[in-house]
Amino acid sequence: MSAIEEIGPESLVSGPQLTTGITGARLDAINVSAWFGTNRVLSRVSLSMPPGTVTALIGPSGCGKSTFLRILNRMHEMVPSAKLAGQVKLGGQDIYAAGQRVTETRKRIGMVFQKPNPFPTMSIAENVTAGSKLVGMKLSRSEREELIERSLTRAGLWTEVRDRLRDAGGALSGGQQQRLCIARALAVDPMVLLMDEPCSALDPTSTRRVEDTIHEIKDEVTVVIVTHNMQQAARVSEQCAFFLAQQGTPGVIVEAGRTEKIFTSPDDPRTEDYVNGRFG
Amino acid sequence: MVASAEPPNLLDSLDEPISPQATNPWGDRLFHLVVRGIAGVVLVIFGSIGVFLAYQSVPTFRRYGLSFLTQSQWNPELDKVGISSTLLGTVEVALVALVVAFPIALATSLFISEYAPLRIKGLLVALVDLMAAVPSVIYGAWGFFLLMPHATLTSRWISEYFGWIPIFKVNTDPAAAVWAQSRFVNSAFIAGLCVSMMVIPITCSVMRGVFAEAPLGEREASYALGSTKWGMIRTVVLPFGRGGIIGGTMLGLGRALGETIAVLFIISLTFNVNFHILQNGTSTISALIANDFGESTSAQLAALLTAGLVLFLMTLGVNTIAAVFITRSRSGAATEI
Repeated sequence: MSAIEEIGPESLVSGPQLTTGITGARLDAINVSAWFGTNRVLSRVSLSMPPGTVTALIGPSGCGKSTFLRILNRMHEMVPSAKLAGQVKLGGQDIYAAGQRVTETRKRIGMVFQKPNPFPTMSIAENVTAGSKLVGMKLSRSEREELIERSLTRAGLWTEVRDRLRDAGGALSGGQQQRLCIARALAVDPMVLLMDEPCSALDPTSTRRVEDTIHEIKDEVTVVIVTHNMQQAARVSEQCAFFLAQQGTPGVIVEAGRTEKIFTSPDDPRTEDYVNGRFG
Repeated sequence: MVASAEPPNLLDSLDEPISPQATNPWGDRLFHLVVRGIAGVVLVIFGSIGVFLAYQSVPTFRRYGLSFLTQSQWNPELDKVGISSTLLGTVEVALVALVVAFPIALATSLFISEYAPLRIKGLLVALVDLMAAVPSVIYGAWGFFLLMPHATLTSRWISEYFGWIPIFKVNTDPAAAVWAQSRFVNSAFIAGLCVSMMVIPITCSVMRGVFAEAPLGEREASYALGSTKWGMIRTVVLPFGRGGIIGGTMLGLGRALGETIAVLFIISLTFNVNFHILQNGTSTISALIANDFGESTSAQLAALLTAGLVLFLMTLGVNTIAAVFITRSRSGAATEI
């Protein structure tokens, strides 16, 4: 934990950088616990999510993966009874520290949800620029058009919608809607992108597209993905964390490490049982 | 048919369409009949009110023709019967009520649905609903005894600074030593203020209903982009609730058009076409009916019912438009995949 690198100002201004350098930011969760009311759902979870890697969070339903993910960009506190303990550091800085603006944190740590949720009254183009409008970024017309094309391209949707940018976002297919949501999240240039089961409502082709997108953006954006699909975890991630909540106890990380190791020779027998489909 | 190579008869027998129908248990059918019957009765009663009013209006229209709508005086003794000034007064009172009620209802409903802490939300909802439960005669008394003396000062202020806009003009002597308060009492403006108290709860509860339905997924999407609460409301809640905002407002307008007792308390019935809403003297259809009903001959009664028909059609129209907006709003239709 001591060797957390400081991020320089140049990584705040990302964009279509053609360098091979990794520009995503490091995200560290340190002893994170979470409660809903008096019910403890996570117990002292620590995980490092280094830049340039995709981290997959796996585990059976109700083990706290999604809660953990939502703690990483302060969406957890939207639930009235939610509490938490521990630290989450983005590039070394605790996002829960006093004086940290929650809007700024969420802008830097974007999120894609399980169910595609484009703004239905907005066009495709407006959906992409919605974030920049919401955070008060002033864009000229050409910057706007460039942002739309760049974001949609990164999300692998540009060629499909380039001729109908003014159509309603809600008129797209489910898979396209989800990629639109990814484009919308990428358009505010986040350092980290959290994905909460982004493909669980999608067909295989759309799933493949989303996975391609993850591969393409991972150098610029640190990706953390919750998935129930073991094959997907194996396909997209470099490191993997196995969450488990045994009956009546809060969720913990049983094992975390390189994806290859988790899937082939895990240390804990419970991990082996889970990744081999023996429970969960 | 064109592409078919088979003889048509054979195909027909294969393609014999059937319409499978599950037989409903008798309990289901009975319930269906009862519900349908009750719904039918509501329609019949509603329709019969319209038919009754239309039937009663025939003699009036036969005698006065279209001048019933253009004549401003209501003076059956002189055989002058018309509702143009009354119609204008009705619309003026309703519009004043709406202009006052709309921002208050919008802000209140947004506060209740988005900002109020959970523990006082229920209390606030109950309070607003309670506003609707207060009998309108109470609002009328409140308006006459408490509101009017103060509202005339507001009227005077508005007419002083905005009197150059024709509707805010009041014909008084600006050089008078003592301001002519009597010119400002009993006006459409004050009646509208009072009616707005009755419009607010209806409009507010419709708006609150749709705002609360704004999908969680879209709300979270907005927050996850780094939006503030107000940004989220602008991008998600208000666009989603547009139908409810318009519909609730129209429903409030329907209520305002028909309000009787509170208006009768405040205005002094006069039948001049009066565009100056701050100046005393106006009339509304419902106040006219309530005022003259007791001492009418049968011909006068028929004329009053004709005025009632006009009001009935107006509110029917307004409420129908409101219903269309409310059902057409995206309520319930969250982002679908």
